[in-house]
Amino acid sequence: MEFSSRRKKSVTKFQTELYGHALQFYGQPPVENISLSEFETFAVDRLKLLKTVENLGVSYVKQSEQYSTKLEKEFKNLSFPYRPDTDDRKAQNGESEYEKRRKDHISHFILRLAYCQTEDLRRWFIQQEVDLFRYRFNDLDPKCKLEFLHRNNLQYDTISVKEKKTLLDKLVSSSYAVSGITVENQDFYKVPFQDALDLVRTRKVYLKGGYVYIPHQDIITIVLNDFRTRLSKALALTARSLPAVHSDERLQPLLNHLSHAYVGQDYSIQKNIGKISLEQIDSLSGKSFPLCMRQLHQALRESHHLRHGGRMQYGLFLKGIGLSLEQALQFWRSEFIRGKVDADKFDKAYAYSIRHMFGKEGKRTDYTPYSCMKVILSNPPSQGDHHGCPFRHSDPELLKQKLQVYKVSPSGISQILELVKGMHYQLACQKYFELTHNIEDANFSLNHPNQYFIESQKVLGGGKDIKREADTPQRSQENTAAKGSTAARDPAANASQNLAEITEELDSFFQDARL
Amino acid sequence: MLALEYESACLPDLLPLYYRRLFPFSQYYRWLNYGGLQKNYFKNREFSFTLKDDIYVRYQSFTTQNELEKEMQKMNPYKIDIGAIYSHRPNQHNTVKSGTFQALEKELVFDIDMTDYDDVRSCCSAADICTKCWTLMTIAIRILDRALRDDFGFQHLLWVYSGRRGVHCWVCDEAARKLSVAARSAVAEYLSLVKGGEETVKKVVLTDPIHPFIKESLVVVDQYFSQYALKDQDILGPKESVDKVLALVPEDVRKTLQQDFQNEKKPEARWKLLVDQASRKQGTAKKGQYFEKEIMLQYCYPRLDVNVSKGVNHLLKSPFSVHPKTGRISVPIDLKELDRFDPFAVPTISIICEELDRPVAEEDIKPEDVKDNEQDAAERRKIRDYKRTSLAKYVRYFDQFLDGMAQSWKGELLKKSDLQKEF
Repeated sequence: MEFSSRRKKSVTKFQTELYGHALQFYGQPPVENISLSEFETFAVDRLKLLKTVENLGVSYVKQSEQYSTKLEKEFKNLSFPYRPDTDDRKAQNGESEYEKRRKDHISHFILRLAYCQTEDLRRWFIQQEVDLFRYRFNDLDPKCKLEFLHRNNLQYDTISVKEKKTLLDKLVSSSYAVSGITVENQDFYKVPFQDALDLVRTRKVYLKGGYVYIPHQDIITIVLNDFRTRLSKALALTARSLPAVHSDERLQPLLNHLSHAYVGQDYSIQKNIGKISLEQIDSLSGKSFPLCMRQLHQALRESHHLRHGGRMQYGLFLKGIGLSLEQALQFWRSEFIRGKVDADKFDKAYAYSIRHMFGKEGKRTDYTPYSCMKVILSNPPSQGDHHGCPFRHSDPELLKQKLQVYKVSPSGISQILELVKGMHYQLACQKYFELTHNIEDANFSLNHPNQYFIESQKVLGGGKDIKREADTPQRSQENTAAKGSTAARDPAANASQNLAEITEELDSFFQDARL
Repeated sequence: MLALEYESACLPDLLPLYYRRLFPFSQYYRWLNYGGLQKNYFKNREFSFTLKDDIYVRYQSFTTQNELEKEMQKMNPYKIDIGAIYSHRPNQHNTVKSGTFQALEKELVFDIDMTDYDDVRSCCSAADICTKCWTLMTIAIRILDRALRDDFGFQHLLWVYSGRRGVHCWVCDEAARKLSVAARSAVAEYLSLVKGGEETVKKVVLTDPIHPFIKESLVVVDQYFSQYALKDQDILGPKESVDKVLALVPEDVRKTLQQDFQNEKKPEARWKLLVDQASRKQGTAKKGQYFEKEIMLQYCYPRLDVNVSKGVNHLLKSPFSVHPKTGRISVPIDLKELDRFDPFAVPTISIICEELDRPVAEEDIKPEDVKDNEQDAAERRKIRDYKRTSLAKYVRYFDQFLDGMAQSWKGELLKKSDLQKEF
């Protein structure tokens, strides 16, 4: 389809079919021509949406009231199709609904191009798209859900009434949401446990002989699994055709920028390398370390040992604040040999992994310090471990004691505990920052232990005002860039200039405007 | 049996003998070859050796049983680890483009280590074990074996004593070997009930309704709890232990029980008081109050090292490897004999090498040996060799396990040969 005719919204049969339902499996790539500026806007908007999905997933319980409200708002702001029941009233002729669906479709495929390149990018993209899909599917009314399943040929094996009767007790005691009535009224699907891992992981389903028995109300799990599998395969295929896309010099820089945007700053750039001496660490740990690192530091000093998870989390953090490899080796060795490990054993068993952290061994990846999200979500601590997020992985009672020892005021402690209760671990940590640094409002949004350290150093070094001033021009620049890209509707004319602007915008957006 | 003391200094002398005459290579190969159903399955398997002075050699791989034998007899590894089946031969991993060398399959494995129970056992700590706390391993095996079979439908589970302070499980079903990382972690999390590190006191929290899997696990714990926890570990005896248990019950109940315990010293009776309190709570409170069950699980439920199970490329100590610290052989555990399994009765390398040096009984020498060619005779001698040692019963059990797996290959092999005949 030509660019000019697109404006007339002449709808081909293919597209009616494709956009017939608010939600789709993205099985067919878009075939129309689109302008470069539309390409950019779509991509940036979807990236903003996915970024919101990610941030909300950390701050709120997925599917909770707040999560849904905030996400719905973002859908409206960015004009993606968010409330499918509205199109029942307006039928299919609501232009905007069509436009939204088209945007949803095309923007998804653009980001596929940007996010198929590495394992890490693929994982991030799949995770956010899956969360997004879950939200949208759950938002559908039962009729729409069935229609969606039908449309996409999703059929799953159900169990017989007789089997339901024999399994009744087990089915009821397998999930809070299942009662005797549910069992009677709903279909139960029997699928291999590999297809419903989320339910298996959380023990929310009956499992027998390698099969799970899923009530219809939980069918989202199987659908999501299908979605995830398809998307994962599609990304692998997309990666193969990438060289062709990369030969287009208009797209390549944009795609690269889009894919770099997701991580935010990774704090691996060691610009302050060597600026910290080993003697300073003890005092820094009390003043400028986030609680998780302070806890690890203390455990290390006390037991002269940390288990693997702790060494990784703390070791990479130290690397991020500027310890050199030599310093790191010296630091860990001097502590470990005071415990059960002798110098010889240290050199054999532990030095390797420290050099590994600095990218000097194995596949020579220069590992980046863990973000809050990684600390909170992956590898929870078990017996003997001191790593993890103290706000997430401590008993509230112990956390309270610890905060008391660190001289946080009783009212501060109760504020922190309140945030912890609401599962806002990063906000709790930020509150801890504010209280220990004696400031009203931290004015940044915490998502990385190394960010905590840098911000703390700024406050303690009196550099806070400088930071604020530096912020303002950046923001106005962002605004002009945004204006620039919306104003420049003529696609071919100043494409390259536009590109430069859009990439700038992206940079500042992701540096600045994290939730 | 001679009470032969094992010393790690002897290892360099004993290992050559062990690998030359005792290590069950043919069974070992039969296992890892999995009936030869998949091309390159053995060839692309990673082995890694720990040599003298903790020198660690990764990415070893072998094309045939013979090559494996030769190499092990040459290197005499202190410890053998088994890794994944890769996309290429592991010993050539440097020659393929980075990123294309990938771990594809591996048995689903579990590692349970006694050190993870340090906060709930009073008899020993760290690497030490005794017959008292070994019950924890028995419970762990019972619970996990049931769940892996009944819930997940796996059949070929090889349980192995690690040689020192824990046990490993190798789930060898084809479906298990093909599981993705996500699936492995989901299985491991399904099986994990005890959660939290040094900063968590209450590590088990149950919510309504209690899942069938947890109910089944409680049935197992129930069989051992009174003997193990109340008698052997005496968790309701000394004040210190009692405080630890009471830290896990709701505050109001704690006060009542503290008073009740003043007049009641017998652990069994104290436990009964606690259980009574729990059932009273369950009668009144709307929400589930399962603190007695939570205590049972916190003290007895298996503690998995989830990271070992998650990764496809994670290495795990091989069966029949020697534990360098204790000298004990990593032997398969026959679940029919599980309650009688005694880690201290597992032979050390010193013992079996000693047994080998004893004079051969007359009836062991059979006339047909003479007729056979040399290689056959050598092979047969090796089989005879391990049969003369206390390793024999473990190898025999390993054989049974392999026979069980061979049953499942049979069908597959028939199908394959039928296909070939058509051409």
